[in-house]
Amino acid sequence: MNRPTDVRELLFGDTWEYSPAPQSADFADYRDQYGHFIDGEFVEDDEYFESVNPATEETLAEFALADASTVDRAVDAARDAYETWQQTPPSERAKYIFRIGRMIKEKSREIAVLESMDGGKPIRESRDIDIPLAAAHFFHYAGWADKLEYAFPGAEASSIGVCGQVIPWNFPLLMAAWKIAPALATGNTVVIKPAETTPLTAMKLAEIVQEAGLPPGVVNIVTGAGDTGSAIVEHPDVDKVAFTGSTQVGKVIQRAVAGTDKRLTLELGGKGSNIVFDDAPIDQAVEGIINGIYFNQGHVCCAGSRLLVQENVHDEVVAKLQHRMETLRVGAPLDKNTDVGAINSKQQLDKITDLVEAGVEEGCELYQPSCEMPDTGYFFEPTFFTNVTPSNRIAQEEIFGPVLSVMTFRTPDEAVRKANNTPYGLACGVWTDKGSKLFNVAGELDCGVVWGNTYNQFDPGSPFGGYKESGFGREGGRQGLLAYLELDET
Amino acid sequence: MSDDSETVTTPPDTSPDEEASAETEASTSTDDSGSPDEPTASPPETTGDSPASESGSSNGSPAPEGRLSIYKTYKLYIDGQFPRTESGRYLQPEDSEGDFVANICRASRKDFRDAVVAARETLDGWSGRSAFNRGQILYRMAEMLEGRRHGFEKQLMDFANYSEAEAREEVGTAIDRLVWYAGWADKFEQVFGSINPVSSPHFNFTTPEPTGVVAVFTPRNAPLLGLVSAIAPLIVSGNAVIAVVDNEAPMLAMEFAEVLNNSDLPGGVINILTGLRSELAGHVGGHRDVDGVIAYGASDEEEELLGVEGAENVKRTKFADDPDDWTSDDCQSPYRIMPFVEFKTNWHPVGV
Repeated sequence: MNRPTDVRELLFGDTWEYSPAPQSADFADYRDQYGHFIDGEFVEDDEYFESVNPATEETLAEFALADASTVDRAVDAARDAYETWQQTPPSERAKYIFRIGRMIKEKSREIAVLESMDGGKPIRESRDIDIPLAAAHFFHYAGWADKLEYAFPGAEASSIGVCGQVIPWNFPLLMAAWKIAPALATGNTVVIKPAETTPLTAMKLAEIVQEAGLPPGVVNIVTGAGDTGSAIVEHPDVDKVAFTGSTQVGKVIQRAVAGTDKRLTLELGGKGSNIVFDDAPIDQAVEGIINGIYFNQGHVCCAGSRLLVQENVHDEVVAKLQHRMETLRVGAPLDKNTDVGAINSKQQLDKITDLVEAGVEEGCELYQPSCEMPDTGYFFEPTFFTNVTPSNRIAQEEIFGPVLSVMTFRTPDEAVRKANNTPYGLACGVWTDKGSKLFNVAGELDCGVVWGNTYNQFDPGSPFGGYKESGFGREGGRQGLLAYLELDET
Repeated sequence: MSDDSETVTTPPDTSPDEEASAETEASTSTDDSGSPDEPTASPPETTGDSPASESGSSNGSPAPEGRLSIYKTYKLYIDGQFPRTESGRYLQPEDSEGDFVANICRASRKDFRDAVVAARETLDGWSGRSAFNRGQILYRMAEMLEGRRHGFEKQLMDFANYSEAEAREEVGTAIDRLVWYAGWADKFEQVFGSINPVSSPHFNFTTPEPTGVVAVFTPRNAPLLGLVSAIAPLIVSGNAVIAVVDNEAPMLAMEFAEVLNNSDLPGGVINILTGLRSELAGHVGGHRDVDGVIAYGASDEEEELLGVEGAENVKRTKFADDPDDWTSDDCQSPYRIMPFVEFKTNWHPVGV
């Protein structure tokens, strides 16, 4: 039985115009062209590629394209630096990392603006989530540097060596922080490659690393695309590979390091379920669903891209979801009113469009709100589908866009079965007012993060990572140190 | 056991590698298959010889005066049953004197798949047991092994050329190691899990959960203790295991299966296959319903093969040493539990 949904509600979106509330960008400093950051210096390269502002389709800056020989230079620098860095007293190492965290914080508004310009995410998110979390991540791991002997009882922890790290475009600076901070705290050195569509804030981080006086070669940042990433992964002098990105590429990397002594951690794709029981606080659940799938345009590996709603509240949830979506504002990333910003790239926009078309073709019912869309730039309407079956492509494949698939269930067992019916296992949400049910379902879900009556929460102290084909290894907290340590148990 | 020191026999016109599966796929309709010619219809038949009495009469030992000893038929251990390999193939390990011991099963890829099905089936139940109960069952395994101590000692001497002192040490350590891991069952989660102080108003905690179905290529050294040392840290956290045993005395592993079968361990939690590691490795690595693989003393080629094949389902693939001396305390550690657990982090708002 459905609860009444015809309650009187205020709808602001079509009553008043929002005035633009642009975040000024004139103070944000960036160059027209960036080289690589190797051995403490910015170095030029032969070839350059452009990074585009996805909201305007204009070129933002040019970045050097690293080939294998450039990667070789960076790895050599990291190797040389490793010898001294690993012997730097841990409490001194800690202070360098604290410095980086502090300096990110000091420049946080500038970096947030650049993050939104380069990647398309709403300034509200880069300002309030990405950049503060990145700074916090350095701050958190800095404190571990001189406390490692307390982290894993009975084992002696030591560094691994040179870490090759490849990160995605959805949280550019935050992912760099997730990779670099624990690596440095544990005494390793780093060669990291940001994604080719979002290298700007990584180069701002390079400036901070330089200003912080970190010994040259401890952090090296090279820019480029897939070939550059392969050169890092396959470099014989890299001791540890850490990758965040798609499951498809993750498998390629796993094969590439097979038979070597390289350590590997992978944080890959997801197809998370938000499970809403009939006893859940529905209004809060709707907020969680919105946050779960439209946060960062759905470019989130742990996005709640499947909604599993108990059958008897399906109509109510869908009605409230539609109602809530009417208030979402799609538009300029630098407008503080914007809820859903620009899709990161043309390529990603095409992929989302294709999968949405597949959903319509397979007979799923599409809903999009009547929001105004910008004329230029890569944008996609917040979208959900009802009448979805678990075998539909939109219910199986990671869309990595603002597209939700709504399905129903009757019993907790069925909800768990459907949620687990995917090769992925990154994150799920569970919405119920009943604690025993929440703990039971949370325990049955095959995924690395379970958000109970919330979604998309992150913290440097909270381990994050996948089950199954969502990868292995954790980032955040004490467990996040394991990826960057050798443990001698004897 | 190295490949050239054993007799590998395959049915006619069946090459050891690729053909094996063709033959095994059609097991129920071919004469090679072990089960159809058995009196009982159920494939995992258990005949009276499995829970043997105190096994003083190991195969290959000379007949006592006036009496001919009986040979023991060693089979596989899958889903708590002792089926023959469906492939009908066998290996002939020798005893310390080079004499006949037994025709033991040379497990096929189909046998492995059957074991995976059994392991998957039992996984939820096993991992859903209380940690305390899993500890009790590991302790029970130690009790059962203690009761058959002398039999195992004798077999280590007969089959693996152990001295009496060495045999006594290996069996004793195996028992103690089971007790040691039994105690970890309800503790490693406390030691390695965490409550995480996050900045937002949320209660946040992280607990290790078992990875799932894990295949283990057991050590070639220490036919009993190596096996125990490899398996115990996997099941204590709630994983279900398929052990592939390829060493000079695989009979010990099947004797140990009888211990398991008497230990209140649910069927399918530990499955034991005797066979050729080289033949099964690629298939084990590529099996999509296997969540993790660990190989002891793997060659470079095996590491690469398992790594490449395992990438197909982002398998957790680990390699570990196979030391000559497994009795050292260095060979037991809670950090041997860690590679096959997954950390799950739970969040919940704190408020009214």
